[in-house]
Amino acid sequence: MNMITKKPDVLVSVFDAKLHYAVGGAFAAMRGKSTVVKAVDGVSFDIRRGESVGLLGESGCGKTSMGRLLLKLEEKTGGTIHFDGEEVGAVRGSRLKKFRSKAQLIFQNPFDAINPRFTIRQTLAEPLENADIPKREREGRIITALELVKLPEPAQFLDRYPHHLSGGQLQRVVMARALILQPEFVVADEPVSMLDVSVRAGVLNVFRDVRDRLGLTAIYISHDLALVRYVCERTIVMYLGRIMEDGPTEDIVREPLHPYTKALVAAVPVPNPDQSHDPLPIGRGAPDPRNPPSGCVFRDRCPAAHARCAAEIPQPKPVGTRTVACHLY
Amino acid sequence: MPEIAAPAIIKPRRPNIIARMFRALRLPMNDPFAVAGLLIYLVFIVVAVFADQIATHDPTEILYTPAYDLAADLRPGQDGFIMGTTSLGRDIFSQLVYGSRSALLIGITAAFMVALIGSVIGLVAGYFGRWVDAILMRLADIAFGIPFLPFVIVLAAFLRPSIWNVVIAMALVLWRDTARVIRSQVLTLRTRGYVEAARVAGSSDFKIILRHIAPNILPLSFLYGSIAIGWAILTEASISFLGFGDPDSISWGYMLQDAFASQALAKQAYYWFVPPGICIILVVSAGFFITRGYENILFPKLSR
Repeated sequence: MNMITKKPDVLVSVFDAKLHYAVGGAFAAMRGKSTVVKAVDGVSFDIRRGESVGLLGESGCGKTSMGRLLLKLEEKTGGTIHFDGEEVGAVRGSRLKKFRSKAQLIFQNPFDAINPRFTIRQTLAEPLENADIPKREREGRIITALELVKLPEPAQFLDRYPHHLSGGQLQRVVMARALILQPEFVVADEPVSMLDVSVRAGVLNVFRDVRDRLGLTAIYISHDLALVRYVCERTIVMYLGRIMEDGPTEDIVREPLHPYTKALVAAVPVPNPDQSHDPLPIGRGAPDPRNPPSGCVFRDRCPAAHARCAAEIPQPKPVGTRTVACHLY
Repeated sequence: MPEIAAPAIIKPRRPNIIARMFRALRLPMNDPFAVAGLLIYLVFIVVAVFADQIATHDPTEILYTPAYDLAADLRPGQDGFIMGTTSLGRDIFSQLVYGSRSALLIGITAAFMVALIGSVIGLVAGYFGRWVDAILMRLADIAFGIPFLPFVIVLAAFLRPSIWNVVIAMALVLWRDTARVIRSQVLTLRTRGYVEAARVAGSSDFKIILRHIAPNILPLSFLYGSIAIGWAILTEASISFLGFGDPDSISWGYMLQDAFASQALAKQAYYWFVPPGICIILVVSAGFFITRGYENILFPKLSR
């Protein structure tokens, strides 16, 4: 299940994707002072049809940017991204319309992702209108989608406004909206991080259930290893715009290879007060993304850094079932 | 599943079209000042619409007394002229009534133009950003550099003197304030999750602007529109008072100019120039009262 060479069953194929922002503006550029933030910097991976991949990393590591690149919500500044054999960057017009119906996003913040002036019916009808679904079919599909996400008695919600609904209900509506056009590919961007802990499990189970039922290919973006482990069979660990480790989730949790992944696994709380627990033994926060370290971006926090790490960017290498970008391997 | 769904779905919940349009205007009915402003407008609109019925004379006709003398400089009530006559023998009351017509015509068309042009430019600049924004905002900078009153006078010199000069000038220059403010509002709105959600759902830019962004800036458009009504009436009055107005159309500014030129103050003919002045003040302040109401809608935290 490691990096798979291009086969027809690959749905999403990313090669050397880059998303660089220039910060500082025109005047800084004139004085040669503008800096580039590399939100995504040379990321490559393939996702097979039906696979669930967790995109794991702390905030600012580029995981959300990567998800937005995959959905063409951001234009990449380098590399290629193919969706079902088609270059995403070049999709326009009617093909973009089709792409939008096949690749969907589940938003992080359900309170912000639904227009407060729209009823639930209007919210769910919007993608159907855009996909030219005839009017008489819409009502039925809205109900079906809401039943799919296990919103009880969906008909009673149709004419309500978002502020009448709870966070868990809203997130189900957000999910229904993403699924209503029966997409093949779904990016879920921390779909439960804004919800109360008490309703997270319910929403997560719905997500898992729907994914299995519809055979979706999914990317689950999260900073929480436990959630990724619950949802995804494969995990990609990102740090400062680069992939650190990529492999089966269980292997990564049981025996992390990259020093950064080791720190992440160590940070997961243990429900046993007697067991000694050393969270993130890597010190300090992430470095300024405008000025990342040379060579390996993780080297200034890495307990195992050596001279080579500063000189050379580690390339991803296959190690057993995974790929790891570290000079230790 | 359709059994549960059916009753809630079939029920047509469309209030009639007038009620919906009324609600779309979002008239600020909670603020007492705004209600007072709306009432003042209502009175003037009624007067303007029924000016033909209310006015006792043709406002431009030179009138004579029953004794066949020129009806010049008559006091209120004399010979049945409710508010007296001007030095040229015209009925002041009828002029005042017809003046409301041109005032509202100018005020409302100018406000409509300013709100419409400003909103469209603000929406387009804010939503599309980049070079579209750069070009439109530099145009706004140029418009900010044009001194308004001299611009209207120059325009009147090029075109025929007409009350529409003020409307044209306002449309050409005063969209800048509305556009700036609406652009900044759009800049924050377009980062909202539901705008992105609409894009993921496959909505076009046009649809996103129209359905997700425009409804949120509507109160701002109305706010600037109601300010523009007052501005337009004041400008028309100033232009007429300076003598660049249309001599054939009766407006409150024209009345003031006429009174000034005829030395009404020396004749102590307060009934001649005070009423049009009060009318201008009433309509302009009514506009500002209404903006107060919209301000409360826009920035609810401001009201104590």
